[in-house]
Amino acid sequence: MDSSSTTVGMKEEEEKPHVLVVDDSLIDRKIMEKLFTNSACKVTTAESGQKALELLGQGEDKHTHMNKGPKINLVVTDYCMPGMTGYDLLRKVKESSDIKEIPVIVVSSENVPTRIEKCLEEGAQEFILKPLKQSDVKKLRCHMQFRRSIKGRLCIGA
Amino acid sequence: MASVTQLQRQFIEYTTSLYNEGYLDDQFTQLQKLQDESNPDFVVEVVSLFFEDSEKLLNNLATALQQKTVDYKQVDSHVHQFKGSSSSIGAQRVTNMCVHFRNFCEEKNLEGCLQQAKHEYILVRNKLEALFRLEQQILQAGGSIPMME
Repeated sequence: MDSSSTTVGMKEEEEKPHVLVVDDSLIDRKIMEKLFTNSACKVTTAESGQKALELLGQGEDKHTHMNKGPKINLVVTDYCMPGMTGYDLLRKVKESSDIKEIPVIVVSSENVPTRIEKCLEEGAQEFILKPLKQSDVKKLRCHMQFRRSIKGRLCIGA
Repeated sequence: MASVTQLQRQFIEYTTSLYNEGYLDDQFTQLQKLQDESNPDFVVEVVSLFFEDSEKLLNNLATALQQKTVDYKQVDSHVHQFKGSSSSIGAQRVTNMCVHFRNFCEEKNLEGCLQQAKHEYILVRNKLEALFRLEQQILQAGGSIPMME
């Protein structure tokens, strides 16, 4: 995981939207990482909801460390994960005062209407069926909270 | 020694047949489109991960089915994972096999399903390895891999 750096070469990296991909499958993490880096995003991956929360600054040491780590603009999480599911992670993000503004996309290999409704009701920005395509990712760029000198959402055409 | 053109033609024919016979679907094409100069071995890397993952899952499934009291939840979980990874790389017949497997999980007719799943996996693995070998031959002969649309 990158630590924040202010050397000149890193500045370009820091200006890209930063996506956190959460999935217990290594294959899917690898594919999603490539999909997002191909869309000019910076990507961090996490293999579990727990890990994801730590990266979002919500780990056990949240109260002792002021620095919450890298700014994440979008969370993309698999629904079916052992332990903390994508839904559980979504809830934790939306319940937290620090990070509830971060858009969360839930992905799943299964098309279950009650599942989709549940996630959208809990505040998921979108629910997308796996496997993701490049076109899905291009559309997602609009959702990213992109903090630069331009305030508000930055929508880049597909 | 086949010429580059001959190899490329072989490659196109072989790839087309894999799609026509349902071994691969559009997701495999998506993976190929993701490959670029910054990641020239992307497809081979992802597929290799799939091979490793699959072999582990098939072993786990065999073990689970050999238990005196079979834990069907565990079996279903393994098959779900197998379905996920095969679908992610576009190994359509394996994915379909997994869907079939899960239906049988309910009817508890599993040993036969495991053998079929193994069979489909080995088929697609052999086909993909042959495809990668063809790619290597083309590259070594100084040609470029034709893009399939």
